[in-house]
Amino acid sequence: MTGALTPAIAAAGPVIPNYGSQSSKCVVHNHFFCTDWVSHNWGSILWPALRQHVLLTAIAVAIGFAISLALALAAHRYRVIERPTVLITTFLYTIPALALFELLVAPVGANIYSAEIALVSYTLLILFRNILTGLREVPEEVLDAAEGMGMTRRQALLRVELPLALPAIVAGLRIAVVTIIALATIVYTIYDKGLGVPIHAALGEGPFKTELIAAGGLTVLLALGADALLVLAQRALTPWARAKGG
Amino acid sequence: MKTADTAHNEGSSAFAKAGEPEYGAAQGQSRAAELELSGVSKRYAGQREAAIVDLSLTVPAGEVCVLVGPSGSGKTTAMRLINRLISITGGDILLGGRSVLERDARELRREIGYVIQQTGLFPHQTVGENIATVPGLLGWSKQRIGARVQELMELIGLDPQEMAGRYPAQLSGGQRQRVGVARALAADPPLMLMDEPFGAIDPINRARLQDEFLSLQAKVKKTIVFVTHDIDEAIKMGDRIAILRDGGRLAQYDTPREILIHPADEFVAEFVGADRAIKRLSLTTLDELQLMAPDGEKLGAARVPAKASVRDALSTILTAGGEAVTVVDAQDRVQGMLTLGLIEQLLSQEAAQPAQGADGADGAGSTDGAVARAVVEQTREAAR
Repeated sequence: MTGALTPAIAAAGPVIPNYGSQSSKCVVHNHFFCTDWVSHNWGSILWPALRQHVLLTAIAVAIGFAISLALALAAHRYRVIERPTVLITTFLYTIPALALFELLVAPVGANIYSAEIALVSYTLLILFRNILTGLREVPEEVLDAAEGMGMTRRQALLRVELPLALPAIVAGLRIAVVTIIALATIVYTIYDKGLGVPIHAALGEGPFKTELIAAGGLTVLLALGADALLVLAQRALTPWARAKGG
Repeated sequence: MKTADTAHNEGSSAFAKAGEPEYGAAQGQSRAAELELSGVSKRYAGQREAAIVDLSLTVPAGEVCVLVGPSGSGKTTAMRLINRLISITGGDILLGGRSVLERDARELRREIGYVIQQTGLFPHQTVGENIATVPGLLGWSKQRIGARVQELMELIGLDPQEMAGRYPAQLSGGQRQRVGVARALAADPPLMLMDEPFGAIDPINRARLQDEFLSLQAKVKKTIVFVTHDIDEAIKMGDRIAILRDGGRLAQYDTPREILIHPADEFVAEFVGADRAIKRLSLTTLDELQLMAPDGEKLGAARVPAKASVRDALSTILTAGGEAVTVVDAQDRVQGMLTLGLIEQLLSQEAAQPAQGADGADGAGSTDGAVARAVVEQTREAAR
């Protein structure tokens, strides 16, 4: 992706990466933000990176959620499972991300698997805690009523406990998604995908600001957008949570 | 008393009707079954003291049995043994002649209405969805569930159009409790269990809900086990009262009147209170009495409706002063007069009746007449 400098442009100004043949005056003089650079490189650099980033995040959160849900349901039923799970997921959460990525390269390889394993491990603590808290916060009298009316454990879980835990679960998902969107920017260190790639390229290529701002800005916008989507989803799924007062 | 004479006991055959689509509670085909606890005991593993000891009582179909006692007397435990939320460790419980132990616990619970103090309404479901819970579990058709929800909401006095789509958080405490009762009634259960259903309601609304519930019960005529710690509520709601003492022992099981007139022992006498003569007055309404002829001279300004209890009338006498009140019917026509002398007579007559229980001897009952007379005397003093 690092295009070769053409002699003409190199001569015209400071050392600026040339992304293609249509470098504008803005790019040449390295103004704060060059929209023409963005539009010119959208299809070749930013859009693919954004899509990869979304995919990296979605896979990590989906797998992390599935594992956390299973663990939380187990811990909800068998309390002894909670402590070891918290211990392990906290340990995973505290490993520096860069170190974890590198550690995984040897056994797994520098590929999407090691990237996802690392990302998933950072979702577990957040999601497990939130799902379990949500399940535990279901009022006891509501569970008593569910059981007293003849619901099976499974019916009570699916019809009462999980729906009531939904606000806490979505709250966990929001934190996890934003965390993973941020973390996925360093996936580039082992796997050449995601918005981390243009960010890293911009950092490595001298003082050119536009690419850094564009890729960094996209990461922030993605995080905000994903968060907003989850908020909207929760509102749609839990109309009862806002129904207060007659 | 309230419903006993009109109740019908369909016995175990009551269960067979569950799947048939044609029945409807509001059409007066409500089901009720006799409940029999026979030598029931509960001992929790690792505990020396049993929670319930040898509890035997029979609740005739369509009657309200109130379990009352101090905390630690195991009244809630006893109730939860019936729908097997707590497992029994001795004895047997028969519902409609059939042991609850033989039945699948989920299936059993779907045939027993369950109302608890904090209502336990599902906050994420609308009023309509909450009421539809058990019919849904039983696999009724959508159409039948819809009709039943509508019918029950009308029964509890909530407008289905307006309220069915609301969430519990949008209701008042009293409305929530009504919905809780409607939900318990949804599948027309032969038995209802109610654990301090009005315990969390303020006193004014509680009295209203109690009255509403009694008139509802007069229509649906369910067999009901009602737990409370409040003896006044027990007297008001119960056809029979089972007084439990520490360690889940049955101290007395009798009608409210018998318990007030002939407490079985010191514990019961103390539990029902020194004012049990006054409490007894709340069991009799004015229209049940042979009132004095209206006396033009004494006809006071204080008027009480004939449906009011003698206790309320006494209270009116105390408040208004004098020795009598005028009793009027719903159309405000004078029915007669109630005097302190008449109240005294009523209490003495009741106290003189022999106990109806098997072991009629009771020391507490003989002092009862004296207490009654003292109460009336005090009222006279106050009136002067």
